[in-house]
Amino acid sequence: MQRFEFLGRFARNRGAFVGACLILLVALMAAFASVFFPTDPLRIVGLPELWPGEDPEFPLGTDSLGRDILSMIVHGARATLLIGLFASAVATIIGVGVGAIAGFFGGWVDEVAMRAAELFQTIPNLIFVLTIVVILGSTLTNIVIAIGIVSWTPIARMTRAEFLSLRDREFVQACRSMGMSDFRIIVSEILPNALPPVIVLSSLVVAGAILFESAVSFLGLGDPNVASWGRLVGDGRQLIRSSWYICAIPGIAIMITVLCLNLVGDGLNDALNPKLRDR
Amino acid sequence: MSLLSLRDVRVQFNTAGGVVRAVNGVSLDLAVGETLGLVGESGCGKSTLGKAIMKLVPVAGGEILVEGVDIAPLNREQLTNMRRKVQMIFQDPYGSLNPRSTVGRSVAQPLVLAGWKADATAERVETLLRWVGLPSDAKQRYPHEFSGGQRQRIGIARALALSPKLIICDEPVSALDVSVRAQVINLLEDLKSQFGVSYLFISHDLSVVEHIADRVAVMYLGMLFEVGGRDQIWREPRHPYTRALLAAAPIANPKLARARQRTVLQGELPSPLNPPPGCPFNSRCPMAQDRCRVEKPALRAVGNGVQAACHFV
Repeated sequence: MQRFEFLGRFARNRGAFVGACLILLVALMAAFASVFFPTDPLRIVGLPELWPGEDPEFPLGTDSLGRDILSMIVHGARATLLIGLFASAVATIIGVGVGAIAGFFGGWVDEVAMRAAELFQTIPNLIFVLTIVVILGSTLTNIVIAIGIVSWTPIARMTRAEFLSLRDREFVQACRSMGMSDFRIIVSEILPNALPPVIVLSSLVVAGAILFESAVSFLGLGDPNVASWGRLVGDGRQLIRSSWYICAIPGIAIMITVLCLNLVGDGLNDALNPKLRDR
Repeated sequence: MSLLSLRDVRVQFNTAGGVVRAVNGVSLDLAVGETLGLVGESGCGKSTLGKAIMKLVPVAGGEILVEGVDIAPLNREQLTNMRRKVQMIFQDPYGSLNPRSTVGRSVAQPLVLAGWKADATAERVETLLRWVGLPSDAKQRYPHEFSGGQRQRIGIARALALSPKLIICDEPVSALDVSVRAQVINLLEDLKSQFGVSYLFISHDLSVVEHIADRVAVMYLGMLFEVGGRDQIWREPRHPYTRALLAAAPIANPKLARARQRTVLQGELPSPLNPPPGCPFNSRCPMAQDRCRVEKPALRAVGNGVQAACHFV
């Protein structure tokens, strides 16, 4: 009953609805990539630099080595989405953990946690990601962790703010007066009330993570075994004067996905915080 | 032995402006089966005193004896036994229930924490909801589906879960409509006669306290001014503050209302950051003398079972 209400509120924001549909499409594409294109997308299958439409076998053309761009886009969706989701998960776990402890306990714990968050905020994000990736090596896991480490601060601040406003509410005092442990109060009482705005932020971090990964791959520091969209853009950059479509097609895919994720974030915000919508 | 004894209880908060002595040496006794009304203006420390008894705020000094055991120095684990005996009902029925927990889960919480088994808990929740007059399908619904009065009943059910001996009611009806107020008060009285539970009833509403309390304690700026039987205090208030407080309460009969003498208090409650020296009431008291500005009066017996803290009664 409540769930349908939630979906209804979400779908009322048309942008969010379209965004969610497109994301779903990309996700399906990623899930069934090996069904549509059973061969390795990095294999050379045709003549190099075929423009889109030039050969009906390769509707989006081929790159400088003669690899099928459509196949790489479909397979790349998997890598790109997974990187986005996992990096966002890492950022959310760190951010919620730090923010919850800082907001709940306050005092010096809060001071230390927030100074640490400021430290991370003052370091330029992209440079920080590149540094971590260069030091630890260009594997998918390292990239995900690096993006998570630079993206947790806004989530921590949001969680902290929610905890600050919730920790002195009477239902929390009631739990204290029953002798409930701090851990249980944080996890089972305050957190469910603090999560809605955090979920919105996490969905936006997915979009940010995809952009970070694209930037890292574009600079040639991505995982060489994974055909993410960012890497396709990076691979095509030498030919940008003659065959710009090699860069443009994955670029458009990134742009649409990030845009859709932002729309979904807005829709989630409307659906989870209905009181704020009509302002 | 009284159920609850407070001995010189102090609560203080360190703020940017200095130390606030919210509760400044309160001594009080509450007998088994008794309802003690704690009245006073907003900001006089009555809610803080209630929270101190629940150990929701740190106690700076004094003893809080529950059935003879001092709970003030106890830590969280040692308090478990006390939690079963003393429970609390909160003021705001909208804030005191977790909006994302079903009513059943909220009411079951004290039982779960006390280690009850699932089927026993479910059965007890049914019973509790029936006692407070809620339909049994209430337990899978969420607090926002209920009215203020119903929510307060849920809070009462939760407080009753472990059959406590004392329930601290922190302004339980202040946030309710007048029509609903009477229902909730009647419920509290029914439960008292049924289970012999005692109440510490914190309120600024004198008509409610007159109705429900056996004894009354009047609080002002962190200290008690007058303690005694309800009838004694209503018939013959001794302390000038109590007199002013009772005179400020509206009377339904207009003839009586016109006939009575009224001493209306001037000014505001002084800041607890910087209370006046001597008797804290001296800045507003119509009877204040030089002595009041120097010497703080102690609570002493003034006859008829009433105690008052004033040099001139």
